[in-house]
Amino acid sequence: MEVLIFLVPMALTLGLLGLVGFLWSLKSGQYDDLDGAAWRAIMDDDAPPDQPAREGDSA
Amino acid sequence: MIETRDLSCFVEHLDGGIARMDLAVEGIHCAACMAKIEADLARVPNLTRARVNLTNRRLALEWKDGSLDPARVIDRLAELGFKAYPFGPQRAEAQEEQEARFLLRCLAVAAFAAMNIMLMSVAVWSGNVSDITPEQRDFFHWLSALIALPAAAYAGQPFFRSAMRAVMARSVNMDVPITLGVLLALGTSVVETLGHAEHAYFDSATMLLAFLLAGRFLDQNMRRRTRAVAGNLAALKAETAVKFVTPEEIREVPVAAIRSGDMVLVRPGERIGVDGLVVEGRSEIDQSLITGETRPLEAGRGTAVYAGTVNISGTLRVRVAAARNTLLDEVTRLLDNAVQARSRYVRLAERAARLYAPLVHTTALATMIGWLVLGATWHDAIITAVAVLIITCPCALGLAIPAVQVATAGALFRSGVLLNTGDAIERLADVDTVVFDKTGTLTLPEAEIVNAADISPEHFALAGRLALTSRHPLAATLARAAGAKLPLEGAVEEAGQGVSAVVEGVEVRLGRPTFCGAEREAAVARAADPEASQIAFAHGDERCVFLVRQNLRRDAVAVIAALRRQGLLVEILSGDRAEAVAPIARDLGIDTWQAQVTPAAKIAHVEALKRAGRKVLMVGDGLNDAPALAAADVSLSPISAVHLSQAAADAVFLGEALAPVGEALRLAPRAKRLMRENLWLAVVYNAIAVPIAIAGLATPLVAAIAMSGSSLLVTANALRARRPWKS
Repeated sequence: MEVLIFLVPMALTLGLLGLVGFLWSLKSGQYDDLDGAAWRAIMDDDAPPDQPAREGDSA
Repeated sequence: MIETRDLSCFVEHLDGGIARMDLAVEGIHCAACMAKIEADLARVPNLTRARVNLTNRRLALEWKDGSLDPARVIDRLAELGFKAYPFGPQRAEAQEEQEARFLLRCLAVAAFAAMNIMLMSVAVWSGNVSDITPEQRDFFHWLSALIALPAAAYAGQPFFRSAMRAVMARSVNMDVPITLGVLLALGTSVVETLGHAEHAYFDSATMLLAFLLAGRFLDQNMRRRTRAVAGNLAALKAETAVKFVTPEEIREVPVAAIRSGDMVLVRPGERIGVDGLVVEGRSEIDQSLITGETRPLEAGRGTAVYAGTVNISGTLRVRVAAARNTLLDEVTRLLDNAVQARSRYVRLAERAARLYAPLVHTTALATMIGWLVLGATWHDAIITAVAVLIITCPCALGLAIPAVQVATAGALFRSGVLLNTGDAIERLADVDTVVFDKTGTLTLPEAEIVNAADISPEHFALAGRLALTSRHPLAATLARAAGAKLPLEGAVEEAGQGVSAVVEGVEVRLGRPTFCGAEREAAVARAADPEASQIAFAHGDERCVFLVRQNLRRDAVAVIAALRRQGLLVEILSGDRAEAVAPIARDLGIDTWQAQVTPAAKIAHVEALKRAGRKVLMVGDGLNDAPALAAADVSLSPISAVHLSQAAADAVFLGEALAPVGEALRLAPRAKRLMRENLWLAVVYNAIAVPIAIAGLATPLVAAIAMSGSSLLVTANALRARRPWKS
């Protein structure tokens, strides 16, 4: 059962990665416009390249 | 005079020479609009960024500072068919935004911790009934502690702070038992882990936080959504004023940028955006939004004018002033008194918390003493008492009321009611008396042509086109009613009289009856309807008179009838004359009404009703209603109301119908019933779970099942508030 010493921290690290990923996406404003984001994904025109959203981008 | 548009007070200057501005855009409905706007604005030179937010219907613009006039972008949007208004970020909204983000971060941390601790807890629970070694169990418990302690310290902040505030103010709220439960659960678990025990409650503590944070976040999100809509509406009707920057040069600026002492120009037909004194010019002013009085006021040099009134006939120069000894002063003073005197409503949740917290803590103490008396060790007695606290920790109770509030606020949102305060739902549920203001509340804020059916369509259309060339507010009403698009060419306006033009060799005139030679027709019409304003129209030898009046909201009769069927007492308190109120009261079948009521008298009447034991809902829009709105048990105002009244009201309703008022009064009692049901569900849950805990059988597994089970149950029950009403 010594393998637990590696496996459990590894599982936790993966979970932590998920948390960090979520916090990053929140900070970068990806939840500011959920309705718009749903549609942007399926728009097939050549929209101008968008700069990544910035913090405080909550208009 | 030179006229320019100045938007500089809305522009935000970022680092690196970038300017930024937000626009509230009317007419964005779907993704196609979003793509159209962005694709088109991408071709505007120097505009580095234009991004539409479809959720809150706003457009963020960025450009190199000084290289672009943002007014050009607004003009471009207008060409595309979208009306855009500069949006000044409001402090309250920015704060809510920040708070929502913080709650979401807390929720993420708590949920991460709960899930990962559960991963290890399940291993411990299954190991306890099979072959786990004490070393392995300790390893899992220590890892759990490593996650739970920092996570709870971070994610518990909203509860800890609120509990702290409550304790400082020598009261209890629901956050006090929550905080106590979480801290005790964590503390005992650490002690137990040190003693190599079988059970630890790290999972319970973090799961509790995660569930409660989910409830809080949803609640916050709902409020934020209504605030965004309200913010947009405020921007859409954003008032601008024409200010003299030099005696000769005028500039259109947002009202926010006007200072006391500035001189503004108010042209006929414009809404006055400021409070001040007339310095030059003569005119008539429609004050109905302020006093409820529908008859225009004669204004000349020295007359005090208020923001929200409409200038009818002449051009005025107004010196902006902090009005002294005026109606506004009087109203502000009454409003302050009313707000101070308002007996604070004790929310259902607070009442539950006041009962609940002492009960739970006594039970826990009694459990400990009981076990000691029965001969248990100190250690076992304390652990059992803590288990009682954990299992009674008001997870279900904490969700019971917010969940119903969120679901109901959503249902109200869909029927056009935006809540300013969360507990308005509970107070609405108790209402047994509804007091309406007349002007702008029972009637539409905009005047209408009442005798359109009596006028031939050709005359109506022609009069509408002629009306387009005039700035008089009555003419604007006529043009709108006729749906006129093309102004007549060569029309001449005679100030204060009317407009005339020649169409196919025949002279047409529109204006005062004397201007059109229609005195006889006007006298007949006045005899039939003395309250309506008149516009005469002459086409060659033919004459007709249009009657303009504020009409009842279309569904007012039905809504009032429905309210009376529900057994509510309905009254009208109006600032207008008795002759104007009586016919409206008659049409609506309301027997109790008063006319020419001053703001002070409105408050006095509402207070008298309250003293008589009635629960009063006040519905009003005028400046004169604001104090009464604050004094009533609960209050509603239409979105067309003056700012002061909207701020004093508990909720605001949208649109031209009165139906949202009826809808709010139907949804609220159901919501309150659901809240009660949920509280009872929580009580039943405790009645089952507490004896198990007292008996010392509440292992962490039992606590986890009980907690999530009860939370799901009350949430599911609360969602019933979303179902459409069964009639």
